[in-house]
Amino acid sequence: MYRYDLTDRTLVNERVAQFRDQTRRFLAGTLSEDEFRHLRLRNGLYIQRHAPMLRVSIPYGLLSATQLRTLAGIARRYDRGYGHFTTRQNIQYNWPKLEEVPDILAELAEVEMHAIQTSGNCIRNITSDHLAGITPHELEDPRPWCEIIRQWATFHPEFSYLPRKFKIAVTGAPQDRAASLVHDVGVHIVRGENGDLGFEILAGGGLGRTPIIGQVVRKFLPRRHLLSYLEAILRVYNAEGRRDNLTKARIKILVRSLGLEEFTRRVEAEWELLRDGALGVDDAEVARMRGFFHPPAYRALTDTNPDAGKSTAFRAWYRYNTAAHKVAGYRAVYVSLKKPGVAPGDATDAQMELLADLADQFSFGEIRVTHTQNLLLADVAQERTHELWQMLEKAGLATPNIGTLTDIICCPGLDFCSLANAGSIDVAKLINERFDDYDYIYDLGELDVKMSGCMNACGHHHVGHIGILGVDKSGEEWYQITIGGAAGADASLGMVIGPSIPKSEVPETIARLLDVYVEERQPEERFLDTVRRLGVKPFKERVYAAPVAA
Amino acid sequence: MPRRLLRDRQIVADEWLYSAEAAGNSLAPLIVTVDEWLNDRETWLARGSRLGLQIAPAHKLESLVQDLGFFTLIAAEFPGPADGRGYTQGRLLRERFDFKGELRATGYVRRDQLFFLARCGFNSFELPEADIEDAMSALSTFSAAYQPSNDKGLKFKLRRGIPAGA
Repeated sequence: MYRYDLTDRTLVNERVAQFRDQTRRFLAGTLSEDEFRHLRLRNGLYIQRHAPMLRVSIPYGLLSATQLRTLAGIARRYDRGYGHFTTRQNIQYNWPKLEEVPDILAELAEVEMHAIQTSGNCIRNITSDHLAGITPHELEDPRPWCEIIRQWATFHPEFSYLPRKFKIAVTGAPQDRAASLVHDVGVHIVRGENGDLGFEILAGGGLGRTPIIGQVVRKFLPRRHLLSYLEAILRVYNAEGRRDNLTKARIKILVRSLGLEEFTRRVEAEWELLRDGALGVDDAEVARMRGFFHPPAYRALTDTNPDAGKSTAFRAWYRYNTAAHKVAGYRAVYVSLKKPGVAPGDATDAQMELLADLADQFSFGEIRVTHTQNLLLADVAQERTHELWQMLEKAGLATPNIGTLTDIICCPGLDFCSLANAGSIDVAKLINERFDDYDYIYDLGELDVKMSGCMNACGHHHVGHIGILGVDKSGEEWYQITIGGAAGADASLGMVIGPSIPKSEVPETIARLLDVYVEERQPEERFLDTVRRLGVKPFKERVYAAPVAA
Repeated sequence: MPRRLLRDRQIVADEWLYSAEAAGNSLAPLIVTVDEWLNDRETWLARGSRLGLQIAPAHKLESLVQDLGFFTLIAAEFPGPADGRGYTQGRLLRERFDFKGELRATGYVRRDQLFFLARCGFNSFELPEADIEDAMSALSTFSAAYQPSNDKGLKFKLRRGIPAGA
């Protein structure tokens, strides 16, 4: 993984000192609440319902075991013993004390971490495919490019006060596991007509109040121009993006109002003037960055049949919670943070410490955060998966549900977030209580359920096969259900099935949607495909045909 | 009492007047708004003093390029802590339009913005009196940077980190 050099270390330490001084001035009363808000928001610090919330950056979701131990220690000493992993591969703490945040940042800096630009109207954490570097069919590992972008974006003097937040995702494989089509900018590594690798650049995707799928701005960008092209997009956005209305300030609204063609024309015109400037990424720099992401020292193994002679429970786990690896004899292992009864994405300090140890023992000392709010041990020898499973099982981290109904993406909701209209964690709990039969869950196959407590869509509900959105109805928590959304390479936005429903009816409503699917599906058809084939109508009719029994 | 400001890392008394402040003073260097300039340029030129131009975030520099040579100062307005268009204006003035005069940040300007403003080419800052004494240190908040800099004489080498302060 990337390791800090003197420059990186210096910058992060200086940031800690800067934020310590800003916090001191706020507590001393020389910075007003409003002035401090603008400063702390550049550092992932929100004032939430119960306490400040601190979001810590995990660049493209990659952590060392040492870093994870530090995150665990922070959870124990500054929080209430847990952290929440987010859809943008970061971690959030919900109970730190404002005056202790500078100390937390100093501890993070010790292990090459920070909270820089994890909130505020600036370029946020660069996210990527959690299977980067290990997935078969990948054109190229996107992480060196993520790091190149991360550094360019960090403390960018021109783009630190944008109209609104700005999110970039980078992928290197045909499958999109980073939801790049619903990012402000999506960067896809592609092969050009001449056979060279370069980038396809998308812009204008996003969720929130106005969900839009990103559009291609440039089909092929030679690799050396990546930063100058991003700079051109950001410059057009900074100058032209709306600042009069917060809900219309994202780049997607600019792209939509100018039209893709005119937006592209402006970006290209700006880029013409920037392309041969100082931002060129030369081959030496790319090679240097690649050096940080060399494959670990894999052993020469062959693929085995790990099912042989093993329990049904292990086999279910292996099937759902592990993924193909490009190196023979290896497997990527998901650590499910979706245990029934636990808030999706939450991990305790003890779990994090255990996982750090397991990363050391089983996966070359690294662990990854997925955008679906699980963790991943990327490089596990197949012959050791049974041993690993037993240890995960003991710690409550082997719920065999990755990619299924109960692998729910979920924002913190009303319980923690001051923006939310409705709870989401307790709805996840209701769904888990209703659907606890794994035979049924497995029979349903791949199913993305995504839930947000408000329009801001932190739980990505628009792109869930089933999306659940919390709405406030005269002070009560109600939920609007969408179906047919998807976040991958075939991204689509879900369609609303009808009027919103009270919390208690969410599980029954999902059950009815699934009944229609089970009755109507064709062989090999996923829930999403059935919805795409039949449309909303049959689902809607079933849901609203009869009142839900109290 | 004349306005104090931070210019080229020194606290100085401002010799410039904005047009709204200049009644009865026909000698001081004068800062005019874009509208005033476009409506009445001959009058201002006839004044014979040095001229400065005050621009708002929405002004497109491309339309003013032909006139930049008349001005030895450009004051970019920052209406509040959230509006970052002036940062782009600063870089364009220095890097694309080769403006060599005083580039001033006016309006909502606080010590916590100075580092980025300086990196975008601003060399003078109208700060509140409460901030002005402490503001100088903000120019050295960071001793390295990941992007090309406007600080003269520094060669940017991608990513390797360069001293940002001049």
